[in-house]
Amino acid sequence: MPRRDDLESILILGSGPIVIGQACEFDYSGTQACRVLREEGYRVILANSNPATIMTDPDFADATYIEPLVPEVIERILEVEKPDAVLPTLGGQTALNLAMDLHNSGALERHGVELIGARAEPIATAEDRALFSRAMAEIGLATPRSVIAHDLDEAKRLVGEIGLPVVIRPAYILGGKGTGIAATPGEFEQMVAAGLDASPITEVLIEESIAGWKEYELEVMRDHADNCVVICSIENIDPMGVHTGDSITVAPAQTLSDVEYQAMRDAAFAVLRRVGVETGGSNVQFAVDPADGRQVVIEMNPRVSRSSALASKATGFPIAKIAAKLAVGYTLPEIPNDITRKTPASFEPVIDYVVTKVPRWAFEKLPGSSPRLGTQMQSVGEAMAIGRTFPESLQKALRSLEQGRFGLNCDPGEVALDALDTAELLDAASVATPDRLFQVESLLRRGVDPDLVHDRTKIDPWFLSEMLGIISEREALAEFGQGAAALEALDRRSWRRAKRFGFSDAQIGYLFGVAEDEVRSARLAAGVEPTYKTVDTCAAEFEAETPYHYGTYEDTTEVAPSSREKVLILGSGPNRIGQGIEFDYCCVHACFALGDAGYETVMVNCNPETVSTDYDTSDRLYFEPLTEEDVLNVIDAERRSAEQGGGSLAGVIVSLGGQTPLKLADRLDPELVLGTPAASIDAAEDRDIWASVCARLEIPQPAGGTATTLAEASGVVERIGYPALVRPSYVLGGRAMEIVYSDDDLERAWKAIATDGTLGREGGLSALRPVLIDRFLEDATEVDVDAIRDHAGDVVIGGVMEHVEEAGVHSGDSACAIPPVGLSDATVSVLEDYTRRIASELGVQGLINVQFAVKRPAVGEPTDAGAQVFVIEANPRASRTVPFVAKATGVPLVKVAARVMCGATLEELREEGLLTEPVKGGHVAVKEAVLPWTRFPEVDSVLGPEMRSTGEVMGIGMSMPLAFAKSQLAAGDVLPDEGTVFFSLADRDKAVGEEAARVLSSLGFTIVATSGTAEHLRDAGIPVGDVVAKLHSDEAGSDGVDLISSGQVQLVVNSPRGRGPRADGAHLRRAAGAAKVPLLTTAAAALAAARGIADRRDRELEVRSLQSYHAAGPSDGPG
Amino acid sequence: MSSSSVQPAAIVLADGSLFEGEAIGAHPDGGVTTGEFVFNTVLSGYQEVISDPSYAGQVVTFTYPHIGNYGVNRADNEALRPHCRGVVVRDLSRRASNHRSEGSLEDWLTRHGVPGIAGVDTRRLTKHLRDHGAMPGAFGTADESELTSAAGGAGGTDGHDYVIDVTDPAGRTVPSVNGAPRRIVALDLGVKDTIVEQLVQLGSVDVVGSGTSAADVLAREPDGVFISNGPGDPAAVAGVAATVDALLGEVPIFGICMGQQMLASALGADTYKLPFGHHGGNHPVQDLDTGRVEITSQNHNYCVDPDQLTGARVTHRNLNDGTLEGFACTEVAAFAVQYHPEAGPGPHDSRYLFGRFAELMDRKGRP
Repeated sequence: MPRRDDLESILILGSGPIVIGQACEFDYSGTQACRVLREEGYRVILANSNPATIMTDPDFADATYIEPLVPEVIERILEVEKPDAVLPTLGGQTALNLAMDLHNSGALERHGVELIGARAEPIATAEDRALFSRAMAEIGLATPRSVIAHDLDEAKRLVGEIGLPVVIRPAYILGGKGTGIAATPGEFEQMVAAGLDASPITEVLIEESIAGWKEYELEVMRDHADNCVVICSIENIDPMGVHTGDSITVAPAQTLSDVEYQAMRDAAFAVLRRVGVETGGSNVQFAVDPADGRQVVIEMNPRVSRSSALASKATGFPIAKIAAKLAVGYTLPEIPNDITRKTPASFEPVIDYVVTKVPRWAFEKLPGSSPRLGTQMQSVGEAMAIGRTFPESLQKALRSLEQGRFGLNCDPGEVALDALDTAELLDAASVATPDRLFQVESLLRRGVDPDLVHDRTKIDPWFLSEMLGIISEREALAEFGQGAAALEALDRRSWRRAKRFGFSDAQIGYLFGVAEDEVRSARLAAGVEPTYKTVDTCAAEFEAETPYHYGTYEDTTEVAPSSREKVLILGSGPNRIGQGIEFDYCCVHACFALGDAGYETVMVNCNPETVSTDYDTSDRLYFEPLTEEDVLNVIDAERRSAEQGGGSLAGVIVSLGGQTPLKLADRLDPELVLGTPAASIDAAEDRDIWASVCARLEIPQPAGGTATTLAEASGVVERIGYPALVRPSYVLGGRAMEIVYSDDDLERAWKAIATDGTLGREGGLSALRPVLIDRFLEDATEVDVDAIRDHAGDVVIGGVMEHVEEAGVHSGDSACAIPPVGLSDATVSVLEDYTRRIASELGVQGLINVQFAVKRPAVGEPTDAGAQVFVIEANPRASRTVPFVAKATGVPLVKVAARVMCGATLEELREEGLLTEPVKGGHVAVKEAVLPWTRFPEVDSVLGPEMRSTGEVMGIGMSMPLAFAKSQLAAGDVLPDEGTVFFSLADRDKAVGEEAARVLSSLGFTIVATSGTAEHLRDAGIPVGDVVAKLHSDEAGSDGVDLISSGQVQLVVNSPRGRGPRADGAHLRRAAGAAKVPLLTTAAAALAAARGIADRRDRELEVRSLQSYHAAGPSDGPG
Repeated sequence: MSSSSVQPAAIVLADGSLFEGEAIGAHPDGGVTTGEFVFNTVLSGYQEVISDPSYAGQVVTFTYPHIGNYGVNRADNEALRPHCRGVVVRDLSRRASNHRSEGSLEDWLTRHGVPGIAGVDTRRLTKHLRDHGAMPGAFGTADESELTSAAGGAGGTDGHDYVIDVTDPAGRTVPSVNGAPRRIVALDLGVKDTIVEQLVQLGSVDVVGSGTSAADVLAREPDGVFISNGPGDPAAVAGVAATVDALLGEVPIFGICMGQQMLASALGADTYKLPFGHHGGNHPVQDLDTGRVEITSQNHNYCVDPDQLTGARVTHRNLNDGTLEGFACTEVAAFAVQYHPEAGPGPHDSRYLFGRFAELMDRKGRP
C-alpha cells in the first residue's frame, strides 16, 4: 500500500534534552523523520525542547515548537496545530511516554489525533513487564522467571519463588534507571524501594538473575503487510549484567551458529507480531546461556532506539527514515535502498566488516561516583569503529574514545595495569568497569589462561582469543627490537600484518620507543597506507552509490576520484560532558552551508549517534577515529582523489567540533586549516600572549597568573588574593576547574589537577600546559558573546547571553538568556565593542566566543559600564551556545561562519541572503542545563566551575520569568504553585535570596529556613515559619532532611559557598534529589524561579512555533 | 597461529588477477586447486555452505571476514562431506566458541581434504567476481606461474554434469519423524540434508539417485515427488528433465533450485547463466499471490527464462534483479522455487512451501 493520503499533518515528538540513556541518536532519528515526511508532502510539526538539535532547525519542519515535553504543553500544540497524527516512535522513551500520557488522559481522542508508528496497546505490552512476560509465555518464548510487585511487602513475599540473586527493574523507565542486581536481603529491600520510586507507575519487576549469560540484540523492522526483516544483529562483549548502553558491543553477532541465529530471528519476529508492532523499527534483546544455548527474551523496545542508530550506522540501512515511511503507509518492498538505489529496502543487510561500539563514561567529572558498571546505564557517549576484523575494529574503537589510549594497551596507559600482580588484576577484571578490557589484555599478555579469564569475566572465549591474536602480533613486532632500527627492519608484509590487527602508529611508536611521526614516515616509506572500503548494506554484491567509507589495510581502495573543490570537516567524536550534540550541530550546518555553496563536503567522525555520520549529510563520509594518524590518512586519500579527478582540497575545518579537532589543528599543514589560524587559537589559550592582547586592547582582566608547581601557584594567589579560580589549560567543560577560598583549598585543588590520572592521560601538566589561576570575581554576572569575524575585518555579533547563575558556575551548567534583560544598553555596547576588538586582534576568521564577568557595582563604586566589565576568556571556535543563539535570533550563525572560513565576507553573505538581522519580536529565550544527578545519587548536586550537565533545553516566552519557568519545566523541574519553600543560603547570597523569598512569600508560599537565613529574612520583614536546625549542631529546630523527605517542602533553595561548609547542604541536596523536590542551588536561580511562578499565575500557558517568533523580523516589537 | 607457521598462498583467476593470502585447511599435492570462484554473503552458516553438494566444482569466497567462530558440528552438515573445491576467507578463527562446537573448522577442512586460503582481500575478490562474473581460477601455495597456467586450464561449470558426482545411486529411505503417512520420493541431484529433514515432517522419504527412471519412481507409489537441488549447469545434466517430464501429471511434484530448473526444462524452458549467481541468505523474494516478501536462502548460478515457460505461471520473483524465483504449473500438480525454502543456512520465512507440497499431495494431484 502506498502513502496514506488521509493524513495531512503529522506531529513528531522529539526526545528533549540529552540525558544519560537518551542522547543525540534521537536527533538523528527525528531529523530523518522530519526530512522524509516533508519530502512525502506532509505538513510536519515538531515538538522538542532541545535547541542544540538539527531537527529543531526551523528548516526541518513546517512548525517547530521548542517547548517543554510535558502533556499539558503538547495538548496545547494539538489545539493550535490540529495535526491528524502523532508519530512517537522516533523520540526515544520520552516521546513514547508522552504519547501514552496523551492517550491515557484522553487528549488524543479529544483532538481526534491518531497515533502512528505504534499504537497504545502494543506500547503498553512492550513496556509493562507483566503484560510482556505473559505475552511471551503465550507464544511459547522463554523469559527469565519473574514476579511483579507494587510495594515492598509484596516484593518480599514474592521473591521467595525465585530466590536471590535477582534483578530489579522498575516499569516505564529509560536507560535502565533504578535497575540493579540484589544478592542479599538488605540490597534487595533497598533496591526495590528505589525501583518503586523510579517507576512512574510504582511497579517493579523482580526477575531471575541471568548475569554472565551472553547478550544479543536484533534490530528488526516490520511493515503493515507483515513483512519482517532483521537489519542487524549485535553481540555484547560484556555479558548480561552490564546495561547494553554500557557494554562494548559488536556487530554482527560472532558466536552464534546459523541454527541458533535463525531461532533467534524467528523469535524476534514472533515478539513483534505478538506485541503488535505493526510498522517501524524495534529491537529485541536476548540472553543465551553459554552452557547449553538456552535463549530467553529479555525485552523489546517498540521504537527506534540507541541500538537502531548504531545498527543504521553499522550497516548503512537508514532505520529511522524507513520507519517514518512505514508509519505513513508504505511497505518495505515499495521503498528503495538508498545505497544501491537498484534494490528494495525489503532485504536484510549483510556486512563484510566488523563494527565495535565502546561507551565513554564521565566518572572523573562526578566525584563520589563509583566506576562500577551494572544494569543502570551510566555512560554519556560512545564511539564506533569499523574494521575488516574484530581486532582492527576494537583497537580503532578504543583510540576513538580520545581518552589518551592508543588502542588495546601498548601505550603508556598500560604501565599501571602491568604493575599490578595477577591475583589483584584478576579480581579487578572480574568487576565490570571502564578499564576491564585493558585489564583483560594485560592478564592475557602475561600468559594467564584464557579459560580462567573467561571464568572470571564471562567474556566469550572467542573475543579473548581474538585479543590473544592482537597480543601475538605485538610479540611478533617486539622481535624487531627497538628504536629506528626496528622501524627499518619492518618489511611491507610485517607492516601490513600489524596494521591489519589495528595497531596504531602511536602504539608501534610506544613499542619501539620512537615518536609517532617517525613511525608514520617509516610506514609511508614502506608503501603501507590504509585502503578505504565502503559500507554498502550488501557486502559488495551490488554497486554502492553512497561514498560511506572506513579505513582498513587491504589491497585496493574504493575512494573515487573527485573533480570538485572540497572541504573536510572534522567532527567532535564521542559525546562527553562538555562536548556534545552542539558541536555536531555545528559540523552538520557546515556541511549544509558548504554543500549549498557548491563545495564537496567530506565528514570525518566516529560517533554513531549523530546526524553528521548519516551518509546523506555530507558528500562523503569517513567513519574514522579523530586521531592524528587517522585524520592525516583521510587527508592523504582525499588529496589523491582530488589529484585523480581534477578537483582540489580547499582545506580542513577544525573549529566546529569542539576540542577534538582543535587539538589536531597544529598537527595539520597550516595551509589546510580553514578560518582562524592555529596560531590564533594558541594565542587565546596561552596565558601570557592572551594577557598581552588584553593589555594592548586595554580590556580589563581579573588579576591572575600561571603555575606549574604548587609553590608557583601560592605565589600567584599571594599576589591576587582569594577567592581564586584554578583551572588547567586546553580542556573543555571546565575539567578539574575549581574556586578556592583558602590555602587548604588551593593545595587540595592542586593535588587533584596534578596527580589525577585522568588529567594526566589527557596530556598532563607541563610548562606548555600550565595551570591558570585567576582572581575570582564575586557578585558578578557572567556573560557569553558569540560573534563572527570575516577575513576583511567585519564582525557580526551573534548574541549576548546573560547568565542566570553568577560567575563561578560553569557557563555550560548555567542558565542564560537572550536578550540580556538584566544588562544596560551601555554595558551591552561595551561587551560588543570588546568582542569586536578581541576578534580583530586575534585575527579570527570565523566564530569566536568571549566570556565576560560584569561586576555589580557596590554602593559608592563607579557605575560606569566600562569599569565593570572584565574579560575572562576568548575561544576562537564554535561554542556550545551557538545553536541556542541561532534559534533565539533566527540567524544561521554556523552556516555563515563556515562560509566565512572558506573566504566569503559577511557583506557577500548579507547580499546572498544567508546572513540576516536577528529577529526582535520581544521574546526572551532561556537556555537551561540538564544535570545527571538522579543517575548518580552519591554525587553532590551542587553547581560549580566544572561542567556536569549532559544536555540543555530552551524556554521561550514573552517575558524573562515566563521563559525561565518554561525552561525549568522542560528540564524536568516542575516549579510548585503553592506550598512551602525551604531556604538555606550562604552569606553572600542572602541579599538576592531575600528578594526571591519576598516574591514567594507574597505569592502565598510558606518560607522555612535555616537559622542564619531565617534571621536575615525576618530582619528584612519576610515572615518565616519553621526554623531548621543545622545538621550536627545543637541548635533547636526541625530536621531539614526530615522536612524534605516527608514531603512537607515543595521547593528547596540551597546555595553552598565554595567547597566550605558543605556537609549540611549536601545532605539537604541529596534529600531533595531522593524526594524529587525541585532544588535550586543559586540565589539567582531562585529569584528567576520565583518571578517565573508569579508570571505563570498571571498568564495562560502559551505555545508558539519558532517560525512564528522568527517571522516577527528584525524591526518588530520593543527589541 | 604464529607467523612462522604461515605459508604464503595466492589466487590467480582465469583473467590473470592475483590475490595474496595464506594457506589453510588441506594441502593438496602440488599446491594447486582449481575451480569456479563464486562468493557467498551469509554472516553465519559457513559449515552448511561448505558441505552443500550444490557447490561441487566451485571455490567459495565468504564475504564475511571471520569464518570458523563457532566451530563445526555433525548436526549442521548438509552432506556427509564437503563438496566445494576450496574456501577463501579473510580471517580464519583462532578458536571456536559455541556449546554446539565439536571441533575447529580448519581441522574439519583438513580432515575432508578441502584446501583454503585466508588473509585475502575478499571484498576486492567479490567486487571482481561481481563485475566480471563468476570465473575459473586456481589457488594454493604453488608459485604464481604454476597457478596462472592452472587457472588458464580450469574450466567453468558450463556444459559439465556435476550431478553424477554428487548423487547417491544407492539411495536411502528415511522414515517420517512424526508418523505422517505420506510417501515421498526425492530425486537426489545433490540433495541437502536440511531438505530431507523438512520432507520427513511430511512423510517417509525415499531418496533415490538421479538416474532413477520415472517408472521406478512411480513403482514406489509416491504421494509426491521431490526434485532436489544440485550443482552446476542444469543444461548439462543428462536424463533428469526427461524423467521429470514423464512424471508430470502422474504425481504431485515439488522442485527446489536445480529441481526447478529440471521442471522448467520439462516444460520447455531453457536456463541461462547469471553473471555471478545468487549465493547468500538475504535475497528478497516476493510471493506474487500474497504480495508478501520472504527473505530467502539462495545458491544458484543458472536461472530459468520465464518467457519460455508454458503451462505454468510465475509465483515468485526476486526483488533485487527481477529474476524468476518460483512457478506453478497450471495444468498439472507441480510447482518449484529457485531458492532454498528449507534454509540451512538462512531464514525460515519460506518453509510454508513444504506445507504447500503437503496440501498438493493431499489433494491427490489436482493442481
